Order: sequence, then structure tokens, then C-alpha cells
Amino acid sequence: MKVIDIIEKLNLTLFSGSDGLNREVKGGYTSDLLSDVMGHADAGRVWITIQTHKNIMAIASLKDLPAVIIVGAEKPGDDTMDQSNIEGIPILGTSLRSFEISAELYNILKEE
Amino acid sequence: MNFEYKVEGGDFTHAGYASSQVKKMLKQLGVDVSIIKRVVVCLYEAEVNIVAHAYSGVIYIELTADRIIMRLVDKGPGIPDIDLAMQKGYSTASHAVREMGFGAGMGLPNISSNADVFNISSDVGVGTTVEIMINLNAIAA
Ligand SMILES: Nc1ncnc2c1ncn2[C@@H]1O[C@H](COP(=O)(O)OP(=O)(O)OP(=O)(O)O)[C@@H](O)[C@H]1O
Ligand SMILES: [Mg+2]
Repeated sequence: MKVIDIIEKLNLTLFSGSDGLNREVKGGYTSDLLSDVMGHADAGRVWITIQTHKNIMAIASLKDLPAVIIVGAEKPGDDTMDQSNIEGIPILGTSLRSFEISAELYNILKEE
Repeated sequence: MNFEYKVEGGDFTHAGYASSQVKKMLKQLGVDVSIIKRVVVCLYEAEVNIVAHAYSGVIYIELTADRIIMRLVDKGPGIPDIDLAMQKGYSTASHAVREMGFGAGMGLPNISSNADVFNISSDVGVGTTVEIMINLNAIAA
């Protein structure tokens, strides 16, 4: 499944990083602790988080994560979106909270 | 090859710069992806620790065909009890830093599980030196 597919299926907002819409999604990782993601998220996992600051893009890029989903109707900062555009890593948004969007992502990936 | 990067305490907007430069370089050199991942985790965590906990620092990278040595030397408060700092979950990060999702006390444990050699030395009130070595050929790791 590609980033564009999860946007459609989960009805997500695309904030930035549209160059990366065809990146491959192999799973998800839900955490708001940066060093947890750094230590444990595998490449190809979409990162689900409440964090909106620029450092999330550094981590997404270093860990080869295909996209970041920001939960709870929060919006990324302008510098976060700039970095997302530079890296070509989409930032997506949902009004759902982490638990619900994680479950939904899990379900569509399982059906594949 | 030798490289140097300067790191400013408190400058979270540039945190991870050295790590991303080193990642690109290792990719170009064709280093195994699983080894690059380990280098990136170690360097990022050590780099962010300077940003989060120290005043300023310099990262010295020494790259040879078979290994990478990363030496991070900072001026800062130092670490009074290194064994305690190494424990999972131990953190003295400020409230503001925790709000950003740092300060889980997992950085040093992440380094220790990804490095082949990892040493910290620290002078309280002066600064901290972190030394990380990772073998670049898969068999040695
Ligand atoms: N360069 C440093 N200078 C001073 N203190 C440090 C330094 N690096 C680590 N420490 C101390 O060691 C503690 C543990 O570091 P560690 O990286 O494991 O966790 P953290 O930085 O607090 O949180 P996290 O890395 O999970 O975001 C820090 O909270 C700090 O007290
Ligand atoms: Mg840390």
C-alpha cells in the first residue's frame, strides 16, 4: 500500500510533502516519545503522533519512515511542513486520536 | 576520512543535521543498510543529548574502510552518575524538552544497544565526552 492509498482509505488531510505520496507503507508505529521511535520504529512504518515540531521530520527521514500522521486535529508548524517538503515525506492529519487511527491503519494494512 | 560538526545547546531546529549528513555519506559509500541504521540511532541520540543537556559541542567523525568512530565532546554540566544516566527511563530533561517528546531516558540505552563500543566520560561542571565505534563490515558486527 502507498501513502496515497492510506490518505484515501482513512480520509486523511495532506499538509505537505506531496512528492512522497507514492512511498510504500509497510506498517505503523504509534508513539509521542522521540527516542522510542528512534530506537524501535522500523523503516517503512508510518509514524502516528501528537508531536508537530520540526524534529519529527529529522526522525522520519533518518528512520526512512514513509509518512507522519498527526492526530487530534493538530497542525504541523510551518518549519515542520517546509522540512517535509524538502524531504518529500508527507505529513498527514486526522481528527481521530492515536488509538482510533492506529486501529484503522492496522485494519486496512491487514486486509491487504 | 575525518569530519567535524558543531552543535549548539538548545538549538533543536538543527538537531539531527550531523546524523543526516553521515547517513548520506555512508549510503554513498555503499555501507550495509542495517549498519547505517545503527550508526544513525547512535549519532542522533548523542547529538540530541548535546542539544538537550549541554551548552555546546563538537562531533568528530573518523571514517575508515572498516569502521566509524564518533566522538562527541561537549561543554556542559556533565553527568554526575553515569551508571544512573545509562538506566532506561532516567532523565533530567526540562519540562519544555519533555513536551517535545524528548526526555524519555531512552537515548543512552539506544546507543548502548546499537554501538559496538560505547564509552562516556564526564567532568561535572566541565562537560561530557561520548565515544561510539561501529564496525562497518557486517561480519564483524
Ligand atoms: N551530553 C550530556 N551532558 C549532560 N548530561 C547528559 C548528557 N547526555 C546525557 N545526559 C544525562 O543523562 C540522562 C539520560 O540521557 P538519555 O539520552 O538516556 O535520556 P534523555 O536525553 O533524558 O531522554 P531521551 O534521550 O529519551 O530523549 C539525561 O537526562 C541527562 O541527565
Ligand atoms: Mg537523550
